[in-house]
Amino acid sequence: MDEATFTTPRHEFWRGVREEAPLLLGVAPFGLIFGALAMDAQIAVPLAQAMSAIIFAGASQFIAAQMIDAGASALVILLVVFIVNLRHALYSASVAPHMRALSPGWKFLLSYLLTDEAYAVTITHYNQKTDPANKHWFFLGAGLTLWITWQVSTAIGIFIGAQLPQKWPLDFVLPLTFIALVIPALKDKASVVAAVTAALVGILTFGLPLKAGLLVAAFVGILSGLLVEGRRK
Amino acid sequence: MSLWLVILLAGLLTFATRFSFIILLDHIKVPDWFQRGLRYVPVAVLSAIILPELATHNAILYLSLRNPQFYAGALAVLVAWRTKNVLLTILAGMIALLVFQAVLGVH
Repeated sequence: MDEATFTTPRHEFWRGVREEAPLLLGVAPFGLIFGALAMDAQIAVPLAQAMSAIIFAGASQFIAAQMIDAGASALVILLVVFIVNLRHALYSASVAPHMRALSPGWKFLLSYLLTDEAYAVTITHYNQKTDPANKHWFFLGAGLTLWITWQVSTAIGIFIGAQLPQKWPLDFVLPLTFIALVIPALKDKASVVAAVTAALVGILTFGLPLKAGLLVAAFVGILSGLLVEGRRK
Repeated sequence: MSLWLVILLAGLLTFATRFSFIILLDHIKVPDWFQRGLRYVPVAVLSAIILPELATHNAILYLSLRNPQFYAGALAVLVAWRTKNVLLTILAGMIALLVFQAVLGVH
C-alpha cells in the first residue's frame, strides 16, 4: 500500500460528505415533493416524517403514500415496497466484500444508510485505492449526509408544501452525477458491454411496473459483462 | 393493521433487503461467477438508471431527437471521460441542458 492510501477516519468521513454533496441538489427537491405529496394523501404529519426515517427509500415512499391514499391493503403495500426496494439487495452484495471486517454495529448502521445515492459514491470510492482500515467512514459520511437531507427536506415539504414545477431542471443532477461516476469506471470491454446493455435494456423494460425494469436491466447487464469476460479467457 | 405498523414493517423489509448480502456473504461461500459478477453491479445498475432518466420526460418515454436531455447527457459523458471530474460534469451537463432546451424550444 502506498502512502497516499493511509487516511484518518475524520478525513474519510468528510470526503464522503463532500462527494455526496452534489447529489443533494437532486435529492432535496425530491424530499420536498414527498412531504407535500404525503400531506395531499392525508397522511398524518408524524407518520409522513416517520416514512422518511423508517423506510428511507424515496421511490418506494412515493408509491406507498399513493397506495395509502388509495386505501390499498397492508399486504399489498408491503409487497410493493419490497419489490421496489429489491435493487438494494444488489447493492448489498456489491458492498459486502468491503464490509467483512466491520463490527455488527457498523454493518447495521451502514445497511440502514444503503440508498442509491450513497451506494453510487461509496462503491466508486471503494473501487479506487482506498484505506481499508477507515473507508467505512466514507460510507458513513456519504450516507449520513443523504439521511439528514432527506429528513429535513421531507419536513420542509410537510410544513410548507412544494410548489415545484412537475419537471424541475435540478432532477437532472442525478443522472449527470451517475454519468460522472460510471464513465471513469469503464476500464475494460466487459464493463463497457455491461453498461451499454444495462442502459438499453433499461429503456426496453421502462414500462414494467415497480422498478422491475431496473432490476431486469441490471441483471442482463451483469450477465453480459460476465459473458464477455468469460469469452476472453 | 394500523398504518404505523405497516410503515414499521415496510422499513424492516427494506432494511432486511439492504442487510441481506452484507450478512449472508459472511456465512456462505459464493460461487466464483457470483464473485466476478459483483464487479459489474455498479456500472450496470447506474447505467440502467441513467439512460431511462435521459430518455424520459415526466416519467413518459421521450425517444426523440428533439429531447434536449440526450444531447446534454452525451456532452456529460464526454466531459466525464476527458476530465473524470464530477462537479465539472454536472456543471457542463446542466448548462448544456439549459442551452439545448432553449435551442430546441422544449422543456
